[in-house]
Amino acid sequence: MSTIPLDYETLRLIWWLLLGVLLIGFAIMGGRDLGVGTLLPFAARTDAERRVLLNVVGPTWEGNQVWLIVGGGVIFAAFPPLYAVSFSGFYLAMIVILLALILRPVGFKYRSKIKDDRWRATWDTVLFIGGFVPSLIFGVAVGNVLLGAPFHVDGTMRAFYTGNFFMLLTPFALLCGLVSLGMIGTQGAAVIAGRTTGPLAERARTYGSLAGIVTILLFALAGVWIAFGIDGYAITSTVDGNAAINPLGKSVELTRGGWLANYGLYPWMIAGPVLGFAGLAGAVIGLQARLRLASLLASSVAITGIVATAGLSLFPFLLPSSTVPEASLTLWDASSSHLTLFIMLLVTVFFLPIILLYTAFVFRVMRGTVSTQSLEKNPNAY
Amino acid sequence: MIDMTVVELSRWQFAATAMYHFIFVPLTIGLSVMMAIMESVYVMTGRDVWRKATLFWGTLFGVNFAMGVATGVVMEFQFGMNWSYYSHYVGDVFGAPLAIEGLMAFFLEASFIGLFFFGWDRLSKVGHLAVTWLVALGANFSALWILIANGWMQNPVGSKFNPDTMRMEVTDFVAVLFNPVAQAKFVHTVSAGYVCGAVFIFAISCLFLVRGKHVELAKRSMVVAASFGLASALSVVVLGDESGYIATEHQKMKIAAMEASYHTEPAPAPWTIFAIPGPDGGAPSFSIQVPWVGGLITTRSLNEELPGIDELVEHAQTRIRSGMVAYDALQDIRADGSNAEARAAFDEHWADLGYGLLLKRYREDVGNATDAEIAQAAADTVPGVWPLFWTFRIMMGLGFFFIGFFALWFYRASRGWLETNKPLLWFSVFLLPLPWIAIESGWFIAEFGRQPWVVEGVLPTFYAASGLSFWDLVISLSFFVTLYSVLLVIMIMLMVKIIKAGPQDKLFAEDEGDDADFVVAALPATPANKELGS
Repeated sequence: MSTIPLDYETLRLIWWLLLGVLLIGFAIMGGRDLGVGTLLPFAARTDAERRVLLNVVGPTWEGNQVWLIVGGGVIFAAFPPLYAVSFSGFYLAMIVILLALILRPVGFKYRSKIKDDRWRATWDTVLFIGGFVPSLIFGVAVGNVLLGAPFHVDGTMRAFYTGNFFMLLTPFALLCGLVSLGMIGTQGAAVIAGRTTGPLAERARTYGSLAGIVTILLFALAGVWIAFGIDGYAITSTVDGNAAINPLGKSVELTRGGWLANYGLYPWMIAGPVLGFAGLAGAVIGLQARLRLASLLASSVAITGIVATAGLSLFPFLLPSSTVPEASLTLWDASSSHLTLFIMLLVTVFFLPIILLYTAFVFRVMRGTVSTQSLEKNPNAY
Repeated sequence: MIDMTVVELSRWQFAATAMYHFIFVPLTIGLSVMMAIMESVYVMTGRDVWRKATLFWGTLFGVNFAMGVATGVVMEFQFGMNWSYYSHYVGDVFGAPLAIEGLMAFFLEASFIGLFFFGWDRLSKVGHLAVTWLVALGANFSALWILIANGWMQNPVGSKFNPDTMRMEVTDFVAVLFNPVAQAKFVHTVSAGYVCGAVFIFAISCLFLVRGKHVELAKRSMVVAASFGLASALSVVVLGDESGYIATEHQKMKIAAMEASYHTEPAPAPWTIFAIPGPDGGAPSFSIQVPWVGGLITTRSLNEELPGIDELVEHAQTRIRSGMVAYDALQDIRADGSNAEARAAFDEHWADLGYGLLLKRYREDVGNATDAEIAQAAADTVPGVWPLFWTFRIMMGLGFFFIGFFALWFYRASRGWLETNKPLLWFSVFLLPLPWIAIESGWFIAEFGRQPWVVEGVLPTFYAASGLSFWDLVISLSFFVTLYSVLLVIMIMLMVKIIKAGPQDKLFAEDEGDDADFVVAALPATPANKELGS
């Protein structure tokens, strides 16, 4: 398509970046709600306090979750082979995530509609699971992407996955899960500390600082593990970024610590882990110093850095194959067509700023602290 | 080889997810618009009963919306999870409208829904009204993009198979957008959602009236629902007819199956009101027909023929043979990309490649299929005739019934006869489930009628499934069905509770202190903590 003003290679790179933006967007925005859900049984002690926590994120969590839904849609539209392989390959893990994503909207909406201790306690557990489980599993998934998934494709591009659910729970993947859980927990604590007062905010500061420090240690441990404990993948044949997709047309080599190679090739990429560590430290300091906005910003920077670290280390891989490394999916051989990528880019360039604008508006309208006093007036409060 | 048990279970799972999802979506679409209408009246007249009505129906909307979101996420993920080869094969075309739906519509709806519930005292009247309209707009845009995606599966325009990447790719995005099937489906489906919302509000209002509760709110809601419902019911039928007409152009087999017309009738074809299947479940052994009407509905003419199932099966055989040529040419291209002869053959026959793939059910090497296998594959192109025949009549009957129902009430409302006839009110209460029966029938016709294709003429359903195991499917299917059923029961229970409690008015009025265990205090007009960006 000669009429498309951007070449295929550039578009593929842009879409890889945009996918990163959407996933980071979900981790920051959705991380608020998942984090608050995870902290629900710890930070809140009474029914009134739990209601406050739910209403801190109540008016905005639905919009936040759309980042995930659009992230899924964008993988489908921009990297269909990745969508096909990962969603079917991680089938039972997806079912577990869906469990949380099905129960969470219902839990938010239904919990406070009936005044009964057992009813509410049940939904509180549901909301905790709905925050805790996805926070952990998303990290486990990233860990498994770094390890490579057991899949291959045949000549018709049909994918075959040869692993099972329990193979996903390796020590390294679980470590990544804990990093994700810790980073989202820190985010949730920063949100609670910023939007509540009194003992609730105090507890959030304690848990958030603890989560931040633990995450720094776990993130560092994951770095050491990547350097000395697992293999990274590298393409050894020449890559034509403008060619039609063909996941079988390359050769791939595994080397111990190979995921660190990009930091030698492109030194600026070190910004990813640096932002991760600095953000976490900043969040801890901010929480302790009671700087409400600063701790939330720092925690969001930490999320940006940590998610970017995973993406940058993998570049240009999207999903390596552990059984047939040549079949690994990269952004060069698992993308949509030139035309589709271009049309989707036009749509995104138009809508993403509008989305950011009205999201900011909604957050501005709903700003301020939430207290037990403000809830009873609104029959639709959670 | 493809495991047909896994395919069947995947189909059941998708059908269950889609049909559950569509219990909630039409009500969301219909209620959102009616709430926006009611709130507009509130802003224009300043009469508090309209605000109360908006809030009351809004509470029910919220409970329903939560389930819509919960089931919608699963819908999206299912494509990749259970229909992995579908995702690869058509993702380049199908993924885009799905992603645009998220960017353009769902983000809008989900972001402002929070403000709808929490923003009453933080926004001006007009500001809140704008939020409500944006929620309604988001819900309707959502339907538009999903139906553009679905319309492409019914009539795959604007795209071509690329032998180098082994998938369908977009050639003309504008054609995908303005696909006539998608446009007809959109207006038909959205109108059906409006009817659903109108019947819902109407039935509950009638319940209030027979019980003598919330009379003012109920009567006003009924006036809106009757007029909105009448307009929508008319548009469902008129646009449904349009949808049928377009399907005759693109999905002749679906129409023939809906009409159980096995043999081509001389034009103009009659329309069958009632029929009894023959002893083998095939051509009807007895039927009651209205002359001419079938031809008028389907072809809008008196001289065009409507082909019957038997003739279409014969035609499918021709296309399967052409598809075999395309398949062989594709193998040659895959083996040697520079084979110009194979490319020329493929270009000539590619449109029938999907028909060739129908043979994959019987043998790997499609090009060597026997005559018997070709006949078998052609016979496979007939969807289940009798389920389609009856669901279509149920849907259509209900469509006309809704017109009559709302016309009657529209007339009564204009005369001020809203509460005078108790039996009629009770009758209207019990009509509540009808729109769902019509709507689920409609989707059944659209999707079951498309079988054996997941994308009409392009990709057979069985060939699109993921390589999952039997137990994967057993676990997930029982998980979804159990969870959804439990949640549906809980939702209905909650709705009953909300309806019993009636409209609340805690928002601006003083609290009555009924069951409050919190101290009630006014919210600060300007939120105290301005430093907060969150």
